[in-house]
Amino acid sequence: MKIVIIGNGISGVTAARHIRKRSDHEILLVSGETDYFFSRTALMYIYMGHMEYHHTKPYEDWFWEKNRIDLLRDWITEVDTDNKQLVRSNGFRINYDKLIIACGSRSNLFGWHGQDLDGVQSLYSYQDLQQLEQNTNRKVDRAVIVGGGLIGIELAEMLQSRKIPTTLLVREKSYWDNVLPPGESDLISRHIREHGFDLRLGEELDKILPDENGRVKAVKTKSGELVNTQLVCLTAGVSPNISWLSNSSIETKRGILINKRFETNIPDIYAIGDCAEFRDPPPGRRNIEQVWYTGKMHGEILGKNIADNNDDQYNPGPWFNSAKFLDIEYQTYGTVYPKNKADENSFYWEDDDGKRCVHFVYNKDTTELKGINLFGIRARHDLFHKWLKEKRTMDYVIENLGASSFDPEFYRSYEKKLIKKYNEEFNANLKLKKRGFSAFLNLINT
Amino acid sequence: MGNSTNSLSIANSDGATLTARQRISLGLAVVGVFLIFLAWLSGNLFNTSNFLWPSLTLMTIGTLWFTYETYAHHPDGIKNNNLWFNSLTNRGTIGWITGILITAFYVCLYFFPSLLGYNPDGANISLIKMFDPISYMIKGEAASQWFVYGVLYTFAILIMGVKFIMKYRHNSYQIFRTISVMFFQFGFAFMLPEIMYTLNESLPYYDWKNMWPLNYYFFDSYNLDKMIDPGFKQSMDLSTIMNEKSGLIGLMMLVWGLLMIFVVSPILAFFFGKRWYCSWVCGCGGLAETAGDPFRHLSDKSLKAWKIERWMIHLVLVIVVIMTILTLYTYFSGSGKFLGVDTYWVRKVYGFLIGSIFAGVIGVGFYPLMGSRVWCRFGCPMAAILGIQQKYFSKFRITTNGSQCISCGNCSTYCEMGIDVRWYAQRGQDVVRASCVGCGICAAVCPRGVLKLENGPQDSRKLEMPEFTGIK
Repeated sequence: MKIVIIGNGISGVTAARHIRKRSDHEILLVSGETDYFFSRTALMYIYMGHMEYHHTKPYEDWFWEKNRIDLLRDWITEVDTDNKQLVRSNGFRINYDKLIIACGSRSNLFGWHGQDLDGVQSLYSYQDLQQLEQNTNRKVDRAVIVGGGLIGIELAEMLQSRKIPTTLLVREKSYWDNVLPPGESDLISRHIREHGFDLRLGEELDKILPDENGRVKAVKTKSGELVNTQLVCLTAGVSPNISWLSNSSIETKRGILINKRFETNIPDIYAIGDCAEFRDPPPGRRNIEQVWYTGKMHGEILGKNIADNNDDQYNPGPWFNSAKFLDIEYQTYGTVYPKNKADENSFYWEDDDGKRCVHFVYNKDTTELKGINLFGIRARHDLFHKWLKEKRTMDYVIENLGASSFDPEFYRSYEKKLIKKYNEEFNANLKLKKRGFSAFLNLINT
Repeated sequence: MGNSTNSLSIANSDGATLTARQRISLGLAVVGVFLIFLAWLSGNLFNTSNFLWPSLTLMTIGTLWFTYETYAHHPDGIKNNNLWFNSLTNRGTIGWITGILITAFYVCLYFFPSLLGYNPDGANISLIKMFDPISYMIKGEAASQWFVYGVLYTFAILIMGVKFIMKYRHNSYQIFRTISVMFFQFGFAFMLPEIMYTLNESLPYYDWKNMWPLNYYFFDSYNLDKMIDPGFKQSMDLSTIMNEKSGLIGLMMLVWGLLMIFVVSPILAFFFGKRWYCSWVCGCGGLAETAGDPFRHLSDKSLKAWKIERWMIHLVLVIVVIMTILTLYTYFSGSGKFLGVDTYWVRKVYGFLIGSIFAGVIGVGFYPLMGSRVWCRFGCPMAAILGIQQKYFSKFRITTNGSQCISCGNCSTYCEMGIDVRWYAQRGQDVVRASCVGCGICAAVCPRGVLKLENGPQDSRKLEMPEFTGIK
């Protein structure tokens, strides 16, 4: 059987690896972006001079041939579902028995006036990074970033590494407050300003103005202000990359519509990762999941299903994610909404220096932990995964917090300060149990 | 390393430019280094001992000021911006020139000390003479090439150690570890032996933290003879040991040396892994972690390099064991031949090829080309022994945090030992590798909090890819 995978990102590659591990099917991995799989999340580090492109490739180049995963560098323009064929950019056709579409996202553009000008771009692909190099090889006195998400803050950090003064236009009242609760959002907003960025909250892009050569000259904000700039980065999120499928019979809405087995409406065609949209997502999950980790899980489950002829459904464990905002790391386990649900309460602790915080969300009645956000603190994924599944209460989690720490050795611990505040706030008298690795082993193994 | 697809034009990245203050401070440090070269090349032209304090002062002030300008104006965090754009740190022209200069210095140091101005039969000139004032101050005699080397080596670890601490000031593990290597280099490797030598010239120059087989001359006849007082050796009389100071201290050196090899090291390696030595105590490691830090990312991460590494380092271990057995055979039997092989010749060849060329010339000279741990990774027999212990008899591992890895590659890039850390991290598997020196930089540069150095029950090390991917 010949399995063709469109997209050599984390989803497609994970599927390919699991199929290969468990079967002898012929596998062809197609991408127009790069010859080899690279870590998209590491693009920023290439620009910042932390790594070179080849460092971002998780596998050495011999890996693919050794594992009999064929690679093709080309864009697929069409899926001929009737004949089970793909059309390449040069018109040639590729046969498939099963097709996995893992073609990722594209940057959102909302039809802003001037969004196609020279010097205006987004950041998602390897080609976008090359464009950024070109755009910043010219003189840039000031850059403007539009959008207050993860890519926006990454871009800000990138441009700062080249000493380009940057203005961030963020529609929200506080940074990323459509995802983060107020405490965390405020902490990050302060950190962005500490780095010297011109952060404009509650400010939107009105239009982008050109000079006489069709290059960006300035942006006009909705409040009427003009900001002179030579580079505008549009980072208002991403959406599934499906426009190339518009003539096919594969059913789409915002993304490629799939069931929990990643099956589309056409037999033998599957979609995973950023480009897929669940008709009926697992409980508590979104229709479209656009993070590294979900792409990896999609690929693993589909890969096993295809190789073993299983029909396992996507049934993920507790949500988790992570990011880094400039110098502050962020980890989250379970779900913390920007605003608590009706049956939820919060406990929030922030360190005196304003650079570390922990936010617990729990059920009002049972005090069962529903989710936790940590900033500037590393916590053990497997332990929180277990606690969330076991529906542990707040008291239990707080007492055993020391066992969950994943900070490097000799780091100052935060648990004592945290439990003091907890005891005060809830008029409790909890005491910390043993911290460290042996405490962790006891808890994870029981 | 793989092929880079290149099309990113990175030739003129503005970020690589320095501020005026950075330029001035760096300039001061460079003038200080230049004075050393001027002293070296000037032969008998100047009284180079006048260069000493101006040079050390300029290097100190310049480096500290540069450190301050580079790191103090930004919030705490990882500071690797533009490293791959900098000609010194990306194997560019400046990197090659630096590598060649250091290599040339080492070649002279080991094989042609007279070219550095060393004159055992009269007054030193040029570079060695430059350091006479410190040598007179500490031990009341003119400097030797090894004294100059010791001063420069220690100076580099101290000054660049301060820079390293400033760079990683948010990371307590890095701070403690660096203070430790600075302390052991300054106290144990430099001051203590010099002081003991001034107290009693008959004692061998003994670095109390150095250990066989890195210290391959420990079992040399002359070294054993110096440690075992001749009087004691002949009479085997307890009162001789008690009455003669040198005999007792010498014997202590021997006992301590043996204890280190057979007791202290295995126990510490069991509890903490190889890092207790390689990145907390060792002098080679000390230089690599401080002066070598700007080059750590230049190590080769390929599978091929790992294969070469395993062959080379264990071969050196086998050779040093054989060499030592032959040396001891000669010491006890008095015969210079073993099965027709000249034991002294074996020892000499080892000292030349491994001790001098590999550990010294290549080990440090190639920093700007192959990274800071070339010797530690491919050659050091001490690292080989500790590595075997670490892999099979140790509580140490680098834990991977669930499935939080995003395969970005920072960990692998900044591993000075060329371990492809990401390979493990993205599988959710613990890193248990013989070569890991436990520097902790992979954990520091990880943007998602995925790696942690820790010690725990040996059977809790996850050596297989676990099922846990956050799905079930």
